[in-house]
Formats: sequence, structure tokens, C-alpha cells
Amino acid sequence: MSASRTRGRRTRQLGWDALGLAVFAVMVFPVFWMVSTAFKPDDQIISVTPTWIPLHPTLKHFRDAIEKPFFWEDVKNSLIVVLVTVAISIVLAFLAAVALARYGFSGRKLFVVLVIGIQMLPQAGLIIPLYVVLARYHQVNALSGLIVTYMTFVLPFCVWTLRGFLLGIPKELEEAAMVDGSTRLGVFVKILLPLMGPGLVATSVFAFITTWNEYIFARVLLNDQSKQTVTVWLSYFLGSSRHTDWGALMAASTLTAVPVIIFFLLVQRRIAFGLTQGAVRG
Amino acid sequence: MLESSSNAAAGTLLGTSRRRRLWGRTARGAVPFALILPVIAVIAVILGYPLYWLVKLSTERYGLFELIRHQGTSVGLDNYRSVLHDPVFWRTLLRTIVFTAANVCMTMVLGMLIALLLVRVSAVVRILLSSGLVLVWAMPVVVAVQVWYWMTNFENGVVNYVLTELHLGDFFQHDWYVTTFSQLSLVTLLIVWGALPFVVITLYAGLAQVPRDLVEAAEVDGARPWMVFRDITLPILRPILLILTSLSIIWDFGVFTQPYLLIGQSKITTGNYLMSIYLFEEGYFKSDFGRGAAISILMLLMVAVLSIFYVRKMVRMGEATA
Repeated sequence: MSASRTRGRRTRQLGWDALGLAVFAVMVFPVFWMVSTAFKPDDQIISVTPTWIPLHPTLKHFRDAIEKPFFWEDVKNSLIVVLVTVAISIVLAFLAAVALARYGFSGRKLFVVLVIGIQMLPQAGLIIPLYVVLARYHQVNALSGLIVTYMTFVLPFCVWTLRGFLLGIPKELEEAAMVDGSTRLGVFVKILLPLMGPGLVATSVFAFITTWNEYIFARVLLNDQSKQTVTVWLSYFLGSSRHTDWGALMAASTLTAVPVIIFFLLVQRRIAFGLTQGAVRG
Repeated sequence: MLESSSNAAAGTLLGTSRRRRLWGRTARGAVPFALILPVIAVIAVILGYPLYWLVKLSTERYGLFELIRHQGTSVGLDNYRSVLHDPVFWRTLLRTIVFTAANVCMTMVLGMLIALLLVRVSAVVRILLSSGLVLVWAMPVVVAVQVWYWMTNFENGVVNYVLTELHLGDFFQHDWYVTTFSQLSLVTLLIVWGALPFVVITLYAGLAQVPRDLVEAAEVDGARPWMVFRDITLPILRPILLILTSLSIIWDFGVFTQPYLLIGQSKITTGNYLMSIYLFEEGYFKSDFGRGAAISILMLLMVAVLSIFYVRKMVRMGEATA
């Protein structure tokens, strides 16, 4: 009797696992299909009957993609914008996060409302005023204008996320160090900063990804093709030609996604940990 | 607050050594303000100033000519009047509401189901599935749009092939980009696919909070799985579900990149506008910045109303954990 019960449980477990694998297949398929297409020879791409796995992979599409005009310029632009935005934001945000996590002060609540509220603003709602204001100061078509724009959203995000990480570090550690005669600055450098390492990395990576992926502001604020970011470059890839070069498009897509995916996977545990912690705890 | 002011009152009555200590306390009281000052300053300049301009622009005629002259002409509330009398605005608003509702429902229901599935599967499948979700999470939106477009193109899209092979009908050279409904359905699928990882992983983390012994006790008492879900799991997940739902509503209401790029600018008409696209086309693309500003303000107000619940909830939680 107990044998049949365990067998029943095992069958049920197999059923759940099969369902889990099916969900996995459906979710991952678009990513797989992108990479698979990028390596396929043209005749396999055009064919109505798909080839699932490219048995004779080619790098031709990748060559075509990076030889398209402005690819390297736009990659460079994206990197500049992302690195400057994240670097400035993380430093300023960390200070504010310390204030939120460790101090009570009047106006604190207002500041929290501001930090959370800004992240809820629909980006499209801000393109008109940002475009007009930046045009007044000749910052349209300039990377500096885009960096400033991105900080609007990246800063509050970093403040809130870092605050979450800071709350995860027990105050008692700092208090004990203070009792032992450390100064506030000493506590900050010797205790808070090393413990915040993972949090700072995770937050930076997340800010990196959102900035790298951003489309609408880059589309509106940078008109010159040599000054665009990668996402805009990719969105113009199709152009107006009747016959789409799917292989090159998928190779270009893969190239755009790869830095993001690598980054994400490298710190995946920490990020998932930080984010879920934040979400569970609020 | 109260405590520090009574301390201050006491301080004035006491000797100089106490006063020095009080000064030290005031200086320390300034620390948090010094810490938030840079962020406040940056936000005031890069957000506050444009918002002031947004309000100003919405009451002006401001086109390309005015943009070059850096000077608009005041028209009072004409822009608002024009937008609110535009039938396209109202149709777009209705379409966006229906679209948002569909997206959010699909995201939340599927997200909940996959999170529950994640608890049931064996360790290997769990690792595989959650890594797959993280991979999808990492996909840039613009890239996902290109892949979606490639999978659904009418000539040799793999979706048409698979649907035909599964005998769900003849989808040979079926063009998904002809009717508004199927265009927006594809956009919905794309958005739901992209949103699921965040929702599933957050809910899965929430499920870890469900006390194991409580569930086992209920099962011993003969509770069916759905009863356990309804009476134990759901109440515990309620706060997370509410936050995720309101976040999804806010995000999906203002979504731009997915519909704009997937439908494609050449196929965007007044018949398939969503709110953000309406704003983009009428304000930016036609260089009618004054009217665009009026649309922006209306849209920002709508999102602000939608956000009130979420922001209040987050602030309250933030205060509780601090």
C-alpha cells in the first residue's frame, strides 16, 4: 500500500516537473530563437519550415551587423551614458540612502514620497518638457543631456534600493564599533562600506541595465545617427527595406542583449536576493 | 521630533557644557539633511524645472517656430480644450484602460500559477526554470521587440508554423499586423512575457514566508489544495500581490516602447493609439509641444491618481521597517 502511494506521489511529481519544463520552454524560446537565427545560414532562415538548431553555424550575420554604419559609435555612446549615469547616481544615492536608513529627520516622509513617486512617473509624460528645456540649453543631440535625463529615474531607484540593503545590515554592528571608540566616519568606511559591497554592486548593475535598455528618451533626445545609443540603433535596423535581413537583425539583437545578460547572470544571486528581499519586506 | 524639542527646551536651562553637547546634537541633526541635499538638488534641477516648463507649455502655443525663437504665445486653456474635445483622446483612453486591464490580469494570474508551480517542481527543474526566468528578465525590451517581430512575421514567422503544425488552424502567411486587435494582442503577449519573471520571482520569495507547519496542519485536517491556497497562502501574499498589481497597472498604462516598436511607426494610426503613443505622435512627432504638454499633464494626473495607493503603501512599509 505504501509502495503504491509513493509511486502515485512520484507520478504526480513527474507531472509537475513536465509542466515546469513546458513553461521553461515557452518562456525561453524567444531567446533561444534569437540566438539560433543569428547563427543560421540565410536559406535556413528564409525557409517556411524552420530549422531548430543550426547544424552549420555561420558568423556571417554578426559580421554584417557590426559592419552596419554607426554600430561602434553607438555602442560607445551607450557605454558613456550608462557609466557616467550610474557612477554619479550611485554615489549621490548612497548618501541619501544612509540618511533614510539610519536617521530620523523632519521631512523624511516627504522625501520618501518623492523617491517612490518619481519612479512611478510615465516616461512618455516627460518627453515634451525635457525636449523643450534641453533644446533651450542646446543639450538636444548631446550625450550630457541624456545623462541628466536618465538620472531623474536612476537616482530615486538607487536611493530606494540601497536603503533596502542598508536596512539589512544590523545597526548594532555600527553601535558596537561606536562604543569601541570609532568615529562615525570610521564606522562608515570600516563597517558599512564593506558590508554594502554586494548591495552597491547589485544596485549598480540594475541601474546599468535599465539605462542600457532605455529607448524613448534616447529616441527623442538624440537625432544624429552617430550620436544614438544601441537600442535606438537596433530599432532603426529594419529600416524601410522590403526584404528584411533577419539573420543580421537577430545577430545585432544578440549583440545588444549579451552585455546585459552576462552582467545579470554574473550577479544573479545577489540581485535576486536583494530584489526579493526588498519586495518581501517592502 | 517631540523628544528632541523637549531636549532643546531643557538645554537652554542647563549649563554651558550641556549647551556644547546640545550644539553637537544639532550639528548631528544636520547630517541627514546634508546627506540628502545632493539628491534633492539634482532632482529639483532635472525634474522640477522641466515640470514647471510642462505646466507653462500647456498654456502656450509652442511649435517648431516657437522652439527656435525660445518663446511661446499664451493661449490660456485652449490646449486642454482641444484635447478634451478630441474624440481620439477619449477613444485612446478607453483602449488604454482595456489594454492595461488585460495585461495586468494575465500577468498576475500567470505569475501566481508559475510561482506556485515553482514550489511544486523538483530542485533541478526549479533551478532550470528560475534561471530561464532570469534570462528573460535580462532581455532588453527593444531586443525582445525585434525577436517578437521576427517570430510573428507573416512570411516565415515560426509562430505561424507552430500554430499550423499543432492543427490550431491554417496560419500559413497569416499577417498578425492587420487588425488593431491582433496587433495589441501581440503587444500584450510581449509585455506579459517580459513582466512575468519579476512577478514570479517576487511571489516565489513571498511563498517562502508561508509557514510550512500551518499548511501541513491544514492538510492533516483534510483541507483541499485550493482551500489551503485561499485561506493560508493568499492572505499571506496579499500585500505583495497588491503591490505587484498596482505596479503593473502603473507600468502598463504608460507603456510606450513595446507597442510603438512592435506595431511599427508606419502602422500606427489614430485607430490603435495607446496613451503614450497618442502623446508622442500628437505632441512630439507633429511638433505641437503646447498641446503635447496638455496631454502629458492629463496623463501624469491619471497616473498620479493610480499611484496614490502604491506610494502610500510603500511609504507606510518604509516607515515601519526603518
